Amino acid sequence: MIALLTRDLKLAMRAGGGFGLGLAFFLIVVTLVPFGVGPQSGLLSKIAPGILWLGALLACLLSLDRIFALDWEDGSLDLLATSPLPMEGIVTVKALAHWLTTGLPLVLAAPLFGLLLSLPPTGYAPLVLSLLLGTPALSVIGTFGAALTVGLKRGGLLLSLLVLPLYVPTLIFGAEMARRGVEGQDTTTPLLMLAGITCGTIALLPFASAAVLKVNLR
Amino acid sequence: MPDLGKYAEAVLSSYAVSLALLIVLVWLSLRRSAKVAKQLEDVEQKARKNG
Amino acid sequence: MSLNSLWQYANPKKFIQTTEKVLPLFSVLAVVCLVVGLVWGFFFTPDDYRQGSTVKIIYLHVPSALMAINVWLMMLVTSLIWIVRRHHVSALAARAAAPIGAVMTVIALATGAIWGQPMWGTWWAWDPRLTSFLILFLFYLGYIALWEAIENDDTAADLTSILCLVGSVFALLSRYAVNFWNQGLHQGASLSLDKEENVADVFYFPLLVCIAGFVLLFVALVLLRTRTEIRARRMRALLARERMG
Repeated sequence: MIALLTRDLKLAMRAGGGFGLGLAFFLIVVTLVPFGVGPQSGLLSKIAPGILWLGALLACLLSLDRIFALDWEDGSLDLLATSPLPMEGIVTVKALAHWLTTGLPLVLAAPLFGLLLSLPPTGYAPLVLSLLLGTPALSVIGTFGAALTVGLKRGGLLLSLLVLPLYVPTLIFGAEMARRGVEGQDTTTPLLMLAGITCGTIALLPFASAAVLKVNLR
Repeated sequence: MPDLGKYAEAVLSSYAVSLALLIVLVWLSLRRSAKVAKQLEDVEQKARKNG
Repeated sequence: MSLNSLWQYANPKKFIQTTEKVLPLFSVLAVVCLVVGLVWGFFFTPDDYRQGSTVKIIYLHVPSALMAINVWLMMLVTSLIWIVRRHHVSALAARAAAPIGAVMTVIALATGAIWGQPMWGTWWAWDPRLTSFLILFLFYLGYIALWEAIENDDTAADLTSILCLVGSVFALLSRYAVNFWNQGLHQGASLSLDKEENVADVFYFPLLVCIAGFVLLFVALVLLRTRTEIRARRMRALLARERMG
């Protein structure tokens, strides 16, 4: 399993897609927002948590179809399926690799981008914490979507249509937590809910993803 | 026709929209049903001839 | 009829034969209930003292909203039956139901918006109920799109039924998340077992007839569309065999 993880990470590094692309996309979203809504820092600091969460979510979405696509094309997914590893394990490792290559960099870069959107100083800790808690759920849910659409030729758009509604609860609690942090309110409730969603998806969704992948490999 | 007062527009338009949607749904279902039934008939006849 | 014999309708041929007979009955009943309920509601009920004549929208809004949710539940049940017992009719019934559910959601949203305009002064508010329905609509769209995208029938049935299960959990989660996120304008339930909360009797009975009409219409449409799907599936199988031979 660790070998599979390091292999996936190496592939993502070499292709340059993983780290670079997601972050660049995140940066572009953050840069474009002030053009859309105007440069007043009062307004920007108010919407910053929401924008950062949306940006992270879209950046995650962008790289989802790569999770299985390459392995599907060159047939290594079939090999993985016949290996002694359980399918659930493979799916979990894939999700973890996706999170390490897109989710984690986004979390680390978020304070920097918060600076660009004049996020108030009190907002940084809750924002980073909410992203740290929430992005694993985004990766796991995304892996499920990627597994659903793996065999399809034009899966990209369908993938977004399937995955985005599933992102709603995570987005709501994550953005709510970041927003409350900015306004200096208590963040305990959304934090617990967000953590619950993440734990629940990590625990349960790999079974669904594995079942779906098995159907697609039939 | 009952007197709908100042809300006539709202009431009538919601009835119009809903009924139109329902009718379109029913019509599409019926049309597709007829089309598929006919196609299946053709295919089955051909299969019988060949087999 | 015992539960055991229910499974005989899982045979596509038996299903087609039986529905041949009951479909006209359901269609007629649906039309009768809808006409009676809507005419009763539209022409023969008084205006509400606060909402004026807009209260008449309830006869479309409440039944369609009810159906929007219950159609998804029906899809969940038929998906489960497909996963557990692998009856094709069950999977095809879920496929047949999805567009009906989507249309019901649109009707609920549209009548709600038209109703909201004079009552709340806005077409749309990010109210929990409205938002949840919008999300439900997105779920329907994704489900239908997935069915359309996959060519192999069995694969499509498997994938969509798993999507339906996962989607149900997330739809429920979204419902609570949205509740938490914003307090709403929307009033509480119009119909519940707790009679205190219900709408007044004058509106209640025609509403029940309308709901019966919507349910019957749904049943008739699902039967019709499932028949279509069964035939389409058989046709694809025949064509595939022809190509092979």
